[in-house]
Amino acid sequence: MTVRATVAELVREFRANGRIVIVGASLAGLRAAEALRGEGFTGSLTIIGDEPYEPYDRPPLSKQVLKGWVPADHTKLPRLREVNAQWRLGVTATGLDRAAKQVRLADGEHIPYDRLLIATGTRARQWPNPDEAALDGVYTIRSRDDAAQLQKALAAPPSRVMVIGAGFIGSEVASVCRELDLPVTVVERGSAPLVGALGGVIAEIAAEMQRDHGVDLRCGLGVSSLEGDSGGHVRRAHLSDGTTVEADVVVASLGSIRNVEWLEGAGLASGFWGVGCDAGGRAFDVNGVVTDSIYVAGDVARAPHVLYEYQFLAMEHWDNAVFGAEVAAHNMVNLEPLYRPHLLLPGFWSGQFGVNIKSVGVPPFADEIVFTQGSVKERHFAAAYGRRGRIVAAVTFDHGKWLEHYGNLIERSGPFPPPPPGWDQPPDMKPMPAEFPQPGVPTAIPDVVLTGHDPSERRAEFRPRPR
Amino acid sequence: MRIAVDLNRCQGYAQCVYLAHQDFRLTGQEALTYEPNPDDERRLQVERAAAACPVQAIVIDRLDGAGESETS
Amino acid sequence: MGVQADRIDRKKEGSLVVEETPWQQALRYANRANPYPFYEELRKTPVARQPDGTYVVSTYREVVALLHDPRVSSDPRKCPVPVAAQDEGSAEPVAEPIREALTEPTIITCDPPEHDRDRRMMTPHFVGPPQSPHLISDLEPEIRRIVDGLLDSMQGKTRIDAVDEFAYPLPVTVICKILGVPLEDEPRFHSWIETALDALDFGPEAASEEIQSRQAGGRQAVQEFGQFAAELLDRYAQQPGPGMLSAMVNDDGPEGRMSKGVLASNALLLIFAGHETTVNLIAHSVLTLLRHPEALEKLRRRPELIVPGVEELLRFESSVQFWHTRSAVEDIDIAGTTIPKGAPIFLAYGSANRDPKRFVNPDELDLERRDNQHLGFSQGIHFCFGAPLARLEVQVAVGEFVRRVENPRLVEDPPPYRHNQIFRGPRHVLVDIDGIRD
Repeated sequence: MTVRATVAELVREFRANGRIVIVGASLAGLRAAEALRGEGFTGSLTIIGDEPYEPYDRPPLSKQVLKGWVPADHTKLPRLREVNAQWRLGVTATGLDRAAKQVRLADGEHIPYDRLLIATGTRARQWPNPDEAALDGVYTIRSRDDAAQLQKALAAPPSRVMVIGAGFIGSEVASVCRELDLPVTVVERGSAPLVGALGGVIAEIAAEMQRDHGVDLRCGLGVSSLEGDSGGHVRRAHLSDGTTVEADVVVASLGSIRNVEWLEGAGLASGFWGVGCDAGGRAFDVNGVVTDSIYVAGDVARAPHVLYEYQFLAMEHWDNAVFGAEVAAHNMVNLEPLYRPHLLLPGFWSGQFGVNIKSVGVPPFADEIVFTQGSVKERHFAAAYGRRGRIVAAVTFDHGKWLEHYGNLIERSGPFPPPPPGWDQPPDMKPMPAEFPQPGVPTAIPDVVLTGHDPSERRAEFRPRPR
Repeated sequence: MRIAVDLNRCQGYAQCVYLAHQDFRLTGQEALTYEPNPDDERRLQVERAAAACPVQAIVIDRLDGAGESETS
Repeated sequence: MGVQADRIDRKKEGSLVVEETPWQQALRYANRANPYPFYEELRKTPVARQPDGTYVVSTYREVVALLHDPRVSSDPRKCPVPVAAQDEGSAEPVAEPIREALTEPTIITCDPPEHDRDRRMMTPHFVGPPQSPHLISDLEPEIRRIVDGLLDSMQGKTRIDAVDEFAYPLPVTVICKILGVPLEDEPRFHSWIETALDALDFGPEAASEEIQSRQAGGRQAVQEFGQFAAELLDRYAQQPGPGMLSAMVNDDGPEGRMSKGVLASNALLLIFAGHETTVNLIAHSVLTLLRHPEALEKLRRRPELIVPGVEELLRFESSVQFWHTRSAVEDIDIAGTTIPKGAPIFLAYGSANRDPKRFVNPDELDLERRDNQHLGFSQGIHFCFGAPLARLEVQVAVGEFVRRVENPRLVEDPPPYRHNQIFRGPRHVLVDIDGIRD
């Protein structure tokens, strides 16, 4: 047998009888499992999830579920094909032994794998003071259970809701509160809502939008402490300017934390921003060497992106989970030269205060912004973001039908400012500073982050040169 | 039945809203929300909505809701 | 470009042989029944400059890109006269009676912000308010009743015309009801529309004596039609009545009232586009299914396939083959070509919907086609206003035709086509039948 024939036989054997373990049973984990079966993988497939539920869709949680229209358990994801997997739900993965090729579970079991997909996603950052976080009426929102509990609290109804952190989730929660006619106070450390994701110019518009809808918006402030009553229920918040706000529901929307703790000691390039991988989803080890059997997809992955100077991008986006999972699945059961890259133009949406906010590209990469179409006053507009004379991102408010055009320009690294439209030009079409905050403001962490060029956050292990 | 809408693709044409307004709603001009697990009785309307989407953003379960049986 | 230059040279030398472009050939009446081989040729140059200076876009990707490009205007006032390349000896700029007769823009012939505002004002009257957008779905029983009646009246016949007896009466009855246009006025506006459509030609035959002789009549028909719409609106302003037009004349929405001129233009558009394209889609659906007996049989066995099936029929025989009022307001670089500022742009939906780079086996009819993101209703801000109504009408009509008509057989293939190139459809589709089931 030639080497080539032997390798081909190995691939066939692996596809027929190999063992694949997916850690993470949400959108990325499910779509990866389906894609693996779609690729013809007939071996054993194990899916491990720390929540007791089969995969469900998260975006509805902070919108239609909180509003009380859709029950939290009505979010089960549609299935695209049979996955014939062993589902290990409600059990947490606690460790990875790369030498033995095993995943350790909280119940003590060890699950062996030939190929592993890490799709453990993120969790909500909790209110930092554990005693205060434990008060009744203090919520975070990430999971189905979180949403069900918060929905119940909003339906009670509370006398006032306080939202800490005006990123996308916090702003959506505030929007739902106003739709339910609940008084709501939003406290944001940054200069305005969404400032980390979209910069100060757009954030100012978001702030007006919130105030027009009756949100008591307080920016440039923090919450120093939460105070409960004798029954252990939160009653008020003390702000950093010395004022207090009476509120009986507090939603801490402080961004997310990547679920990488279970990888401690495994020698992978895992850290604050997730697990470093190549553009094909193959995990890097701590020294920046690509692994052969471990893949990453979804919110927990960070991979270099061609459009952004090959910086590692960490994206908490719905379609990043879907496409990243499909690419990783394909590459798990193929060999070079059949590997596929995960080249996705980042994109997200957020429905709030009756406006659909959409974006493509990476706004925080930009230093300038220009309004290109429509009317800021009517909150019906498009704007482009630029860096060093090329367009790197765009945002629309109720102008989603035009976004594709900007996506095309970004993919081709088109000029900034982009060519002007033939009609509906905003009064002022001069580029201006986009006003992104300095990194380090936790509530202002964008949903897509450029995390630099280092595959790993840990110092590589240098070895002395052999003599 | 189960559905998901890829709201990155959605451009707010609202065809789904006209065809299945019990399961698809617009807030304002463009912001779409939907019932991810519609009642099976409304399958025809939901399938009409999915077929009518100009950007094919609506994903419908291809296993007729059989996902649960696999769950341990 | 070499081919084109060559063509021009021959023309200059006084040669009588001027080779026609694939687009010009596709537009010839003789090719109306099957323009697709010419489209295939056309797609080899995705953005093809024509001798009269028009840029024809025939590939899916490029059509979609331009539908979302804010440097493209849909407003003919921004491109008053197509830039005819006189030195290339092309025909005179095409006269366009509809465009000339309308002084005010319709929603398909204007740009934002006017477009967005006007469409926002019209939408609630057509599909219902945002909180309960059910006006169209509420029409389903009425549509079923009309379709049943049309099929019932075929009882006892052995030969029917699927256009005159089926495809035409349904949409025209429904749109009259929605808008509040008296059905007894139908013969008048039907004749104006036919006259106007027959006078419109963008191809090499535009210069023919026959078409030229129709021009004056077409212009007059549109003027009379416009006057009819204006008088109807006046009547409703004095005495409110049922339907969308009366509501729009009398209601002050949050954004105010449409000017009378704009409303009259849009009324004309709604009457016309509200049925014409649906007639062609129903006629083409019957024709196409009779040409594909296995698809017809499949649909008979699995009636639920009418839902994806109508999408496939929209792709396969698009009711609007191209659109002609767009132009470039800036130079646009696309597919290796620069469309110069001011140039008219024709987006060829009929060709894009058969682009093999987008659709697997595009010339095959597949009622269960996956990923069928067709352009039968266009895309972007000018996406078909009447799409929800058209879909419902065609699903019911074609679904019931397939279910009830016994052993339908096409009498002539291809059937005779109407003259118009944009709103392409058969004039008659004669079908022999064995009977009508209950």
